[in-house]
Amino acid sequence: MREAVVSLRNVSFQYENQSSYALQNVTFDIFEGEWLAIVGHNGSGKSTMAKLLNGLQFPQSGEISVCGIQLNEESIWDIRKKLGMVFQNPDNQFVGTTVQDDVAFGLENHGVPRNDMIFRVEDSLKKVNMDQFLNQEPHHLSGGQKQRVAIAGVLALRPSIIILDEATSMLDPKGRGEVLETVRTLKNEKSLTVISITHDLEEAAKADRIIVMNQGEVYREGTPEDIFSMDDELVRLGLDIPFSIKMSNAFRQKGIDLSKHYLSEEELVNELWTFRSKI
Amino acid sequence: MMEKMIIGRYVPADSLIHRLDPRSKLIIIFLFVCIIFLANNFFTYILIGIYTILMLGLSRIPVRFLYAGLKPVLWLVLFTLLLQVFFTKEGSLLYELGPIKIYEEGVRQGIFISMRFFFLILMTSLLTLTTTPIEITDGLETLLHPLKKVRFPVHEMALMMSISLRFIPTLMQETDKIMKAQIARGVEFSSGPIKERIKAVIPLLIPLFVSSFKRAEELAIAMEARGYRGGEGRTKYRLLSWKLADTLQLLILVVLTILLILLRS
Repeated sequence: MREAVVSLRNVSFQYENQSSYALQNVTFDIFEGEWLAIVGHNGSGKSTMAKLLNGLQFPQSGEISVCGIQLNEESIWDIRKKLGMVFQNPDNQFVGTTVQDDVAFGLENHGVPRNDMIFRVEDSLKKVNMDQFLNQEPHHLSGGQKQRVAIAGVLALRPSIIILDEATSMLDPKGRGEVLETVRTLKNEKSLTVISITHDLEEAAKADRIIVMNQGEVYREGTPEDIFSMDDELVRLGLDIPFSIKMSNAFRQKGIDLSKHYLSEEELVNELWTFRSKI
Repeated sequence: MMEKMIIGRYVPADSLIHRLDPRSKLIIIFLFVCIIFLANNFFTYILIGIYTILMLGLSRIPVRFLYAGLKPVLWLVLFTLLLQVFFTKEGSLLYELGPIKIYEEGVRQGIFISMRFFFLILMTSLLTLTTTPIEITDGLETLLHPLKKVRFPVHEMALMMSISLRFIPTLMQETDKIMKAQIARGVEFSSGPIKERIKAVIPLLIPLFVSSFKRAEELAIAMEARGYRGGEGRTKYRLLSWKLADTLQLLILVVLTILLILLRS
């Protein structure tokens, strides 16, 4: 059994001035080196979860531990070093006046010595392929580039977990591709754990495991195949099914019996062009 | 259109003045503003003039940029000149036309004061023209560091300044966007009577305000998530380096001050 890097036990959370719980009795583990997607429609509690994980909010009841450290007021600074977050709006998380200043911001906060800082800034920008933009100002960068700088800022702190909190939802398809590709490469290189919080099932389809949230509770947990076999149930939860899944469902309704649910268009195309030969 | 309005007007170049440490530049400008008041006769003004022109020459800033900086205050200079010329009633009478009397001292004072204005503006714009806003912020932070002892929030001020600088272009872009959106809805920003035009700014300002607050909140969360917890225990990425040229520049200014004190009447 792999080791759980993050574990939530019976976590409940309620925002002030709100009658219903944003999260209710949530229990699950996140394992080392996996890509976990947390999906759900607006208000399902998925973004609250991200805030709880790095101590931006504290649960009313239940326990959260990250890398074996119990999350509380004292430990949040250590935990934030281990758990980097990339937020939704590319502009509103860019603190520095230039690319390198922004990457250095997190390092400055944690009191990293300057010599080490210079190396880490350059190194992490190289990893996200933004090292030619060292002195560029943020308003000259595209959304995808800004998000990659944000990833570099997180990487520079050498975390073991990266949380993408809707990090691609404000990007165009090209930027989205760039960002996800960058994270995927990094995950493989550094055996990072990735938690991607998203409502884009297409993005989730590429994860190792998916947790579906609904009304503050864990509705379902499983591999992408398991989750996408829920079909209409997902639609009822306010989630949009990826095109390839919709397509294979449509085939099935027409009486063409495909062997399984297809998560990527490529797989579907492969099945389709080899299909005839099977009959 | 908005791009042009960015404050600072920094002109990138690789001159001696550009390479100076922002701290020495800030000190030089501050001292210059003080010692310019020592000048009170022909020789001292010539001396200040030579120094200013020398500094401008060293900065290799094209004259048109200097002129652009001077343009808005030219009227003010002219106004003070006229004020002095017409209202100083000392020295011998030079010219008389009905109630208007122009005295020698008035002309002298007028010319001196407008010269003083001129040099002041040239030197201060030299600072903004050769130093990036972020360098100025860094310089101020280190220079004001001793004020920390009296609990002046130096680090916070510097951070606020640098974040404001970073968000100016972002907010400019946003203003542009909102403006276009409102124009598309029939708001007229550039025509009609003044009263209407001022009213038209309200639907521009309100969305801008709302979104700025939202940005501020998200930025604060992002900063906290990246481990920001105030100035304590923070290291700095940007490094200022005081070089020989900085010390020399300060020495030149000291020499100038001594000369001014000796030559003033």
